[in-house]
Amino acid sequence: MDRRKSLKAMFAGTVTSGFMFTSCLTDTEKSAETTTPVAGDSEEASGYGRTPEEAARDKDLMSTTFFNEHEMITLAIVADIIIPADETSGSATDAKVPEFIEFIVKDMPHYQTPVRGGLRWLDYESKKRFSTEFKEASEEQRLEIIEDIAYPEEVKPELEQGARSFATIRNLVCTGFFTSEIGIKDIGYMGNVPNVWDGVPDDVLKAHGVAYDERILSESIKPEERNEVANWDNYNPEG
Amino acid sequence: MSFQIKKTSKVYDVCIVGSGAGGGMAAKVLAEAGFSIALMEAGPNFDPANPEQQTQFKWPYESPRRGAGTTRAFGDFDMAYGGWDIDGEPYTTKDGTKFDWFRSRMLGGRTNHWGRISLRFGPLDFKRKDHDGKGDNWPIGYEDVKPYYDKVDKLIGVFGTKENLPNEPNGFFLPPPKPRLHEMYLKKHGEKMGLPVIPARLSILTKRIDNRRGACFYCSQCSRSCSIYGDFSSSSVLVKPALEYENIDLYVNAMVREVLTDESGKASGVAFVNKADMKDYEIKAKVVILAASACGSARILLNSKSSKYPNGLANSSGVVGRYLHDSTGSSRMALIPSLMDRKRYNEDGVGGMHLYVPWWQNDTKNLGFSRGYHIEFWGGMGMPSYGTGMGMEHLNGLVPGADGQMKRAGGFGAGLKNDVRRFYGATVGMSGRGESIPQFNNYCEIDPNVVDKFGIPVLRFHYKWTDDEVKQAKHMQDTFEELLTNMGGIFLGDKPGADTDYGLEAPGRIIHEVGTTRMGDDPKTSVVNRFNQAHDVPNLFVVDGGPFVSQADKNPTWTILALAWRASDYLIDEMKKMNI
Ligand SMILES: Cc1cc2nc3c(=O)[nH]c(=O)nc-3n(C[C@H](O)[C@H](O)[C@H](O)COP(=O)(O)OP(=O)(O)OC[C@H]3O[C@@H](n4cnc5c(N)ncnc54)[C@H](O)[C@@H]3O)c2cc1C
Ligand code: SF4
Repeated sequence: MDRRKSLKAMFAGTVTSGFMFTSCLTDTEKSAETTTPVAGDSEEASGYGRTPEEAARDKDLMSTTFFNEHEMITLAIVADIIIPADETSGSATDAKVPEFIEFIVKDMPHYQTPVRGGLRWLDYESKKRFSTEFKEASEEQRLEIIEDIAYPEEVKPELEQGARSFATIRNLVCTGFFTSEIGIKDIGYMGNVPNVWDGVPDDVLKAHGVAYDERILSESIKPEERNEVANWDNYNPEG
Repeated sequence: MSFQIKKTSKVYDVCIVGSGAGGGMAAKVLAEAGFSIALMEAGPNFDPANPEQQTQFKWPYESPRRGAGTTRAFGDFDMAYGGWDIDGEPYTTKDGTKFDWFRSRMLGGRTNHWGRISLRFGPLDFKRKDHDGKGDNWPIGYEDVKPYYDKVDKLIGVFGTKENLPNEPNGFFLPPPKPRLHEMYLKKHGEKMGLPVIPARLSILTKRIDNRRGACFYCSQCSRSCSIYGDFSSSSVLVKPALEYENIDLYVNAMVREVLTDESGKASGVAFVNKADMKDYEIKAKVVILAASACGSARILLNSKSSKYPNGLANSSGVVGRYLHDSTGSSRMALIPSLMDRKRYNEDGVGGMHLYVPWWQNDTKNLGFSRGYHIEFWGGMGMPSYGTGMGMEHLNGLVPGADGQMKRAGGFGAGLKNDVRRFYGATVGMSGRGESIPQFNNYCEIDPNVVDKFGIPVLRFHYKWTDDEVKQAKHMQDTFEELLTNMGGIFLGDKPGADTDYGLEAPGRIIHEVGTTRMGDDPKTSVVNRFNQAHDVPNLFVVDGGPFVSQADKNPTWTILALAWRASDYLIDEMKKMNI
């Protein structure tokens, strides 16, 4: 047996090339955009380029549950207090933020105690003040507690720990929301698509009191030239 | 247990270890020249166009952790398999050293996700000792490398502008992209301070250079490696075309232990572990080229011990592993109130900054430190990712709300939600990347007590910054403060002071570690000659960052590529002349 060939066959996987021969960003590249799988498009779009080890780790984390039902309900209530629906977009629970937090505390175990403890803190504080768990308290009562712990610079010393863990939960809720499909639309991020960058829109430059000078305008890439193959025949690096 | 090392009868002309910048270039040039080649790569095969591996165009919510860096140091979508720590492949430090070593284990190495900042060294950079008396000069100068920089520019592609700055040489530049909005701020205020704020030089194809690779379509995701090969990765731009030749075999998941030698003391091949079956194999070759990254190659040499070479191979000088040096780095960021409540548009641009500041004080004496730095920028309306929206309590109390009233920091509800929108795209940051002075006493060596999971002895690092680097970091911080203040910035975090060495990052953090097999004319004080050829072993070459005598403030990869090509041409010549 030719050991070398077998080694080569064993090691070198075959992969197909994906480069595109486009003439301009109108037809082929645009169609590439529409064929790029986007999460939510289909169920099997769960792949996000994991190595086998990473995929196994994800699967492992997803097969376990951290928060109990009571905690999940409380977390959902707190999440929607932090990010409620408004005229622009939905709420934290609309964006499945509690599910994100359930995953992230397993992915980053250092969050487990602050978040679980933070939820317990809310329950205990609510019992002290209103003789009921946080999730059973009225909206007014819940907001009264949150109001007392949401502004770290003004927190009463005895509520300090509550404020700390609330800040942690607030961070997770905000980031969970603004990295969701709803949140990205809300924040107005317009990229992640093939496009042709031709600089900052004129009205924006004007509004900020800056302008592209002659040199920038003449030396920068012109959109219509991007698919030409560079030709160095008349290029003088010294000049 | 029966244990057998598997050998092949084939003798390759050349065995190349590592497929990153240096190894990829050697493979391309030597495959084209017709040599039979075994290319050994410790990691798996990789192609950014392979849908199973591709992360380009993924949304944060396609990752359950929203792109966080739990398993990949720079986030889920970053195209580095590996990172600061690799399971079962440790490294150690001694004498209180803090050193971090970033490794990517995959075809193309760290060039799949690198920053694409592609700077030539200038004439001064090869001869700094002549000017400040510190360290050592390179045995070669800019004029030796220039023809290869030119060739690399044309083969691989880099955008930039001809600035005619003496130590920032012009090249064969593709047209740069227009600046983003925050970069226009930096330009306006930087130029008022006398800083040259010029187009960045990145190996990204704003224009096509051949019919193999597509032109950039501005997704800003080069760190994910480009599926149309619009940016430079060794895997897709060098190794892939090389593999079209019949005379090259790629071995992936092949972790090289050591270079083998024959009775005459010449290199005869390599011994490696096949990760797939965890068995040992050998490859025979007439020439061995190491390109396992500067520290990776030093490790292989130091581990290649024999009775003839008790200190490791090519190490009669004792300087293998010595003169290890990284770039310096220090950063600052600020909120720019006039960038709040921005009009939205797609500001992705290329995967990196569009403008930067090269070192501007080569002619200034008495700065209190010896060598310069350049400044890299970040900011803009980028794709939200894990972390977006966090820490609002540190931002929303700093400036008046939309109603003109100051707000209490923190909060919740519709007001907080709106704050996240208002601050989006309003922070700007900058980092200095500076030249350090290589020291004999900064080194990596073999840890006598520790092996990795393959049983290969691991590296141990010893590294201390000197006063020069610390003072340089202080100068960076003063510059950042002035520039961000002029932009109306409100600083986020205190100015790093003497207690933190002015924010100077631990060595290794900038991931430009080089110098471990340095080049020189004197075999007593250097490992390789002017052509990256080992003084002690003529059929052994090192073509990664190891041979750097000193590293300019410029990021190393363009120079690794140029020197690897130059060394390969030399090797072709020597083989033709039957000198090897
Ligand atoms: C986040 C980041 C950003 C960067 N940005 C820039 C930048 O903008 N500009 C710049 O110039 N540089 C940049 N760099 C540095 C750049 O990536 C390196 O300079 C360059 O990749 C070094 O090339 P190399 O060939 O020496 O090694 P690498 O690219 O590290 O490749 C070495 C290869 O060898 C393999 N290998 C190692 N040991 C063995 C072994 N024992 N057996 C077999 N194979 C082995 C590895 O798996 C790897 O594939 C950046 C690096 C990082 C991590
Ligand atoms: S920014 Fe351009 S070169 Fe970089 S990955 Fe996107 S399309 Fe490719």
